[in-house]
Amino acid sequence: MTAITSDFSSAPVLPKWIVPVLLLAFAYGVVPLIGSSYLFEAILLPFLALSLAGVGLNILTGYAGQVSLGSAAFMAAGAFAAYNFNLRVEGLPLIGSIFLAGIVAAAIGIVFGLPSLRLKGFYLAVSTLAAQFFVQWALTKFSWFSNDSASGVIDAPKLSISGFAFDGAVGRYLFALTIVSILTFLAYRLVSSQTGRNFIAIRDNETAARIIGIPVLKTKLLAFAISSFIIGVAGVIWAFAYLRTVEPAGFDLDRSFQILFIIIIGGLASIRGAFFGAALIVVFPLGLSRLGGFLLGDVFDSGVLDMSQRIVLGALIILFLILEPDGLAALWDRVRRRLLFAWQST
Amino acid sequence: MTFLSTIKAAALSAAMIVSVALPAAHADEQYFPLQSYRVGPYAAGGTGFFGGFIDYLNLINIRDGGVNGVKLTWDECETQYEVERGVECYERQKSHAGAAAWNPLSVGIAYAMIDRITADKVPLITVNHGRTDSTDGRVFPYVFPLLLNPYSETSGIVNYIASKEGGIDKLKGKKIVVLYHGSPYGKETIPIYELLAQKYGFTVQQIEVPHPGNEQQSQWLTIRRAKPDFVVLRGWGVMNPVALKTAVKVGYPVDHIVGNVWSNSEEDVIPAGDAAKGYTAITTQASGNSYPVVQEIVKTVYGAGKGNLEDKSRIGSVYHNLGIVNGILNVEAIRVAQEKFGHRTLTGDEVRWGFEHLKLDPAKVEALGAKDLFHSINVSWDNHEGEGYVTFQQWDGKKWNVVSDWIAPDWALLRPIIEKSAEAYAAEKGIKLRTADDANAVTTN
Repeated sequence: MTAITSDFSSAPVLPKWIVPVLLLAFAYGVVPLIGSSYLFEAILLPFLALSLAGVGLNILTGYAGQVSLGSAAFMAAGAFAAYNFNLRVEGLPLIGSIFLAGIVAAAIGIVFGLPSLRLKGFYLAVSTLAAQFFVQWALTKFSWFSNDSASGVIDAPKLSISGFAFDGAVGRYLFALTIVSILTFLAYRLVSSQTGRNFIAIRDNETAARIIGIPVLKTKLLAFAISSFIIGVAGVIWAFAYLRTVEPAGFDLDRSFQILFIIIIGGLASIRGAFFGAALIVVFPLGLSRLGGFLLGDVFDSGVLDMSQRIVLGALIILFLILEPDGLAALWDRVRRRLLFAWQST
Repeated sequence: MTFLSTIKAAALSAAMIVSVALPAAHADEQYFPLQSYRVGPYAAGGTGFFGGFIDYLNLINIRDGGVNGVKLTWDECETQYEVERGVECYERQKSHAGAAAWNPLSVGIAYAMIDRITADKVPLITVNHGRTDSTDGRVFPYVFPLLLNPYSETSGIVNYIASKEGGIDKLKGKKIVVLYHGSPYGKETIPIYELLAQKYGFTVQQIEVPHPGNEQQSQWLTIRRAKPDFVVLRGWGVMNPVALKTAVKVGYPVDHIVGNVWSNSEEDVIPAGDAAKGYTAITTQASGNSYPVVQEIVKTVYGAGKGNLEDKSRIGSVYHNLGIVNGILNVEAIRVAQEKFGHRTLTGDEVRWGFEHLKLDPAKVEALGAKDLFHSINVSWDNHEGEGYVTFQQWDGKKWNVVSDWIAPDWALLRPIIEKSAEAYAAEKGIKLRTADDANAVTTN
């Protein structure tokens, strides 16, 4: 595992909040004005949902060192829980459903986090697979979860918070952006708090952590709970704001791997790494596919084109990881330091 | 000539070419966005279906110069049968002008598109599959499960079993086992089998096979103990050949297994080898390449080197023919709409009107060169399935042979169930039920 990336101490550093605030101002103020429906529906919404899931998994895996392959299960739990709270609890506002869905996902996370008290590393990863299989099986098996819909596929409710409806692509984008920003901010505060330091201590040396008085079991379960909460809410965004349908098959093992790859590529133990990783996983294949279609569309049929894009993407990921095994966040830090250095020496 | 003036002249002529060429290129084209899948677990179905669809569109372009002079265009976007890729393709392709209809051939993608296509007013065709209740055009103006929805399919299968037994009253006391794929698709028909069992007095036992269906020993041992008169195979992908092989292993007669519409292709029986001999399955379109329209495709399209299937032995296979039939339905809907709105590029809403007036009786089907390929269709503004007839085909080890007449599902029985489900959806979504007048109001731009 890597240490937390820290800023280069001698370089003049802007206040930490400047970049996020500028980004948020851009995301709220400029993007809705200039973006096309394609940008929102096909790029930004999946990007936001997967980034948030990445943030959630990074707390568990990156900071607390507990490897998990069950992320998609927690997304599914969140999505279906939010659907059911919204459907069955009269008068509950949407934001309440989403919060309760996060709580449900967190509870499931704690249950499947229990093996972490005994298991480590790959063994734990395999035991979290149980969550992956169990949740998907339960959602398919018991039609109550999908309100007895014959095929098990469900439609998302209208997104509205205290009378204000988030209709259309821009509305859903703002809805997702707000939730992701708030949770990311909270996650950021968490990992720089004492609890976050406890996570890191357990990750780096469990015995040492125990000796200095960190309650290891409690802290591990807390990491599972918080991580699952965030991933559960990411599942709600995925289902309600992005696809607008919920289907258990959409949250399969592939999705869990995807989220794991996001944090590995983006950078373990880095909040912004989750965003970098999600950007690479979501945006890059689309860019490649459009470029490939534009350049070679007439030569290959769509199947061959898609296969070649996968090869290129795979090669690029290998290249990235060789150049910077600590992920895009570390790569970005290095680039920034060099730029600052170059700027200083002029 | 100086360098500058050369550039100027070049720019001028380029501008002229563009200004002349552009309107001509866009004037009379009708575009099909194809969310196809040629890689991934369901590539066999995707290549066959979209191959047939493209072959038919090519036939219309090459033979007739388009539909009344309106050229058909299309492009493909690879979905791998994944919902989020399908959504991305939708957003990418919808910006193209003159989109006629969407044909994703995927339940998941279709579900995710319903809100979007309803807002954008372009029809969504889910031939032989999709949401059963989208048959109700009062609630789903833009969704068309043409030819067959899952409930009609079930009813057709039960009617066929009845005909084998010598009449619907002979079903009393019989036992049917439904072996279904453990997925939303597989579960869709559970309530309707229960209902039909009650109505006709047979007993039904529904047994799930977990996805993907590689292991079915225990299920078939259960079936052997139950000694059913018929087994209905509601399978998908690898589950189908495994079911046939395991049935032979436990000694259940294969000719008493009836496959549903996604268990009826060559890809389902060839891997099972001899075990599949005698297996029967429902279909909306017969297979084989003897039909005039398929022959014309071979001659005109493959003859011109524009055929879409790489493996020409798949011409006339179940999925290829389904693609061709799907092509016929789409093209004829455009033709119907053109008669009303003019021989030009139509809007999605006009094409929707065309689908809602798509009536192909057997004579018309014959004129299209598709006699016996499929029976007929009769779509109306509130019935988006169009009362398609089904038939049954039996695998003889080499090819499918049609073994029944065209059979009508029990539409009268199914309609109230469909309406109830659609009305529940409308209530949940706050949708106002459409009337015939609403259906006649068309957005023309």
